[in-house]
Amino acid sequence: MSLDAKTRMLHRAAHELKDGMFINLGIGLPTQLVNYVDEGANVCLHSENGMSGVGPLVPYEKADRNLIDAGGGYVSRLAGSAFFDSALSFAMVRRGRLDLTVLGAFEVAMNGDLANWMIPGKFTPGIGGAIELAQKTPRVVILTTHQDKKGQSKIVRECSLPLTAKKCVNRIYTDMAVMDVLEDGLILKEIADGLSIEDVVKATAAPLQIADTIVHF
Amino acid sequence: MIIKQSDVREAIARIPDGATVCVGGFGVPGTPFYLLQELVRHGAKDLTIVKNDANERGMGVDHLLKNGQVKKLIVTHIGLNANAIRMMNEAEIEVEFNPQGILAEKLRAAGAGLQGILTDVGIDTTLAEGKTIITYDGRQCIVEPPIKADFALIHAAIADQTGNVRYSATAQNFNPLMAMAADCVICEAEQVVEAGRLDADLIHTPSPFVDHVVEIAELSEEYNVIRR
Repeated sequence: MSLDAKTRMLHRAAHELKDGMFINLGIGLPTQLVNYVDEGANVCLHSENGMSGVGPLVPYEKADRNLIDAGGGYVSRLAGSAFFDSALSFAMVRRGRLDLTVLGAFEVAMNGDLANWMIPGKFTPGIGGAIELAQKTPRVVILTTHQDKKGQSKIVRECSLPLTAKKCVNRIYTDMAVMDVLEDGLILKEIADGLSIEDVVKATAAPLQIADTIVHF
Repeated sequence: MIIKQSDVREAIARIPDGATVCVGGFGVPGTPFYLLQELVRHGAKDLTIVKNDANERGMGVDHLLKNGQVKKLIVTHIGLNANAIRMMNEAEIEVEFNPQGILAEKLRAAGAGLQGILTDVGIDTTLAEGKTIITYDGRQCIVEPPIKADFALIHAAIADQTGNVRYSATAQNFNPLMAMAADCVICEAEQVVEAGRLDADLIHTPSPFVDHVVEIAELSEEYNVIRR
């Protein structure tokens, strides 16, 4: 993925983060969305390790050794921040208090199944908070490269990897496209500048319905 | 007034081989490195360690792993410790993964004297395999048992001599839950003050959940900001 394509994807996906929302951003790419939030949109970020109102990352010299986000980055507190224990942190997740979570993916299936925590024999770090976020957040969107490093589509008919949660994904943002998960499968709604509908269809290992109007981003 | 201030060696010497030991912390914040260091020196073996993670290589729980003291880890994620992953893959240790909030609730259930919890979290995943699943109120639920421990090692920013505890920022994490789940709770504190010096309205873990308070002699390198 070129830097250009990545920036464009982040800019586009950041529109998901709307004024007034309480949001959990997954480790990696999703965390970077913070830097692209629409001007004037006030959002409150949740971190699994026990914080609401997560502030920007800080340089090591200014870091508080007791203040990290769930990815281990040193973050700051804001006016309105709160700290709490891990039970309360996931109580608000399971209770449905979050409005949105943005997660990464190894595979997303056309019915909204998500696999993002384990590759048997290769990557077995454990589940962390991924199941609860995927299963219990009212809106789950995926931010990922369209294809893996070997050029295989991450958007598939059926997940082959162990699932994180069934039918949990509402929308997928990639470097190539924006797709919504409908009752009967995926619909292609937007494509990256410079690509054609055929390019996206060819790069996708699941059938795509095509929206009447395709927007470029 | 019950004074619970204790010497670190006396406190940790209570932990026998085969004990189940809860350990606070999420990454560095809240990990009781001082108590863990003493547990390595003490040498109790065949331990079951309950913790969110396995710290990183060369830190905290990893010292116990390297010293061959751990039989089983009950955790949510060990991705930052390649040594723990290797030991799991080579079957040198047993590892049980829990969804993060469910680990918290299983500990809280033990701490609240409950027989377990009902949840649908993970019901569609491989983590549900082998678990008791019941239909309650028309919905399928996993019966998750409580996690009760013999000991808990927790880290406080400040404690009073009677065992009232406060944490700092995201160093709170699993510490209050680990304290609730264990029969004997050993708390290390960066500062120990006389009873009455902490505002009773602002206690995170109250003294009935704490048995021994140990003042950290000196914060070791492990407590510092990690520069990656």
